[in-house]
Amino acid sequence: MRHLIQPEDLSNQEYMELLEATAHIQAHPDLYKERAKGKILGSLFFEPSTRTKFSFDSAMLRLGGEVIGFSDAQGTSSQKGESLADTIRIMSGFADILAIRHALEGASLLASKTSRVPIINGGDGGHQHPTQALTDLYTIYHYKKKLNGHKIALIGDLKYGRTVHSLIKTLARFDVDSFYLVSPEELSMPRHILDLMEDRYPNIKIHVLHEMEPAIRECDILYMTRIQKERFFNEADYLKLKNSYLLDEEKMELAKKDAILMHPLPRVNEIAIELDSDPRAVYFEQAAMGMYVRMALILKLLEEQDD
Amino acid sequence: MINVSGIENGIVIDHIPAGKGWKIFQKLNLDTIATPVVLLMGVRSTRMGQKDIIKIEGRWDVDLDLLALIDPDITTSRIVEGKVVEKKSMDVPGRVKGLFPCANPRCVSHSDQLAVPEFTLVRRNGSLHYQCNYCDEITRYSL
Repeated sequence: MRHLIQPEDLSNQEYMELLEATAHIQAHPDLYKERAKGKILGSLFFEPSTRTKFSFDSAMLRLGGEVIGFSDAQGTSSQKGESLADTIRIMSGFADILAIRHALEGASLLASKTSRVPIINGGDGGHQHPTQALTDLYTIYHYKKKLNGHKIALIGDLKYGRTVHSLIKTLARFDVDSFYLVSPEELSMPRHILDLMEDRYPNIKIHVLHEMEPAIRECDILYMTRIQKERFFNEADYLKLKNSYLLDEEKMELAKKDAILMHPLPRVNEIAIELDSDPRAVYFEQAAMGMYVRMALILKLLEEQDD
Repeated sequence: MINVSGIENGIVIDHIPAGKGWKIFQKLNLDTIATPVVLLMGVRSTRMGQKDIIKIEGRWDVDLDLLALIDPDITTSRIVEGKVVEKKSMDVPGRVKGLFPCANPRCVSHSDQLAVPEFTLVRRNGSLHYQCNYCDEITRYSL
């Protein structure tokens, strides 16, 4: 059975097929409004989410399917002590496909071991967020018309930021030129990901920086992330780092004219609101595209399940 | 010099780095088995200087993965009617399950009974490490 737990679960060809399918859905949404009729999405968000949950739910509704689920673990049987594996066993009897978000890393992989239906990882702690990576890939493809050759800056929390973990592993497969990894020392990209890049993609240049300006000047894609309060074990560490990178109009003047500025959202203060009207700022469009991407993914997994 | 006679039928765990014999004795729960067991510590060795040896009478099954993780230079010899019929050196296992916990406190393997910690051996920068199958974290184990 096919699941999407981590970026490696899809081949490069499948990524390209999904990007093409997404573009078609975005251009002709009416053609898809009954494609998942009679199917149910179990939307199991053990951790709060706005964009991702509603993006999944809306994707299924626009395909003509139904949605059941919850948006936090309060009141569910997991609060009564039921194991995740048991919850998944039960829910996979009620739904045709499950989207799961959980605070624990590896939770979606565990879920896939007991599920009878396809699992989509909607984010597991600071580990992976493959549908965000797919959304980011589509956004880049939409605006830049290609995936290869880009210089990409990942800025902010690279340690706990699951979106950047999935994105770097995914983009690396498409012959990008280089990554500029900008973070405070305490929030740097995990060693296992840097080692993987070195081992598997020796031709991709990796620049590890603490200052954002050189990356802003050089890169085609600027990917900002939030310093995530909920990932810190103590408040003092968060307060020390929360204002590490603030992108405003003055700094954005350094960027290329055809650069794009992305963010997985929610934003706190790392991108000044004055930049929202900058034509290079595409983060709200990026969020909207996530829905079309999830429509394409849900369809693919449901169709493979029916085959 | 202490002389300990050989065993007739059983297993000899040899080339244990000096001092680790007691740890293996505990990990294999050898204090709970009914057959005779001998732990020799600080035995003179040409190659190792000193080593520990464990001899277990009447038993042939030991967890080779566990021994390999404690030290890959350990050897085991299967003894039948006083003769060595098979000698094995250790291979560092490609996958291990349930032998040590994941180093990442946010890993699901700490919180769900079904998520038994499991790791895959990976080579990074020329050295071997275990990577958690659930959260990808590199874990340094100590047995």
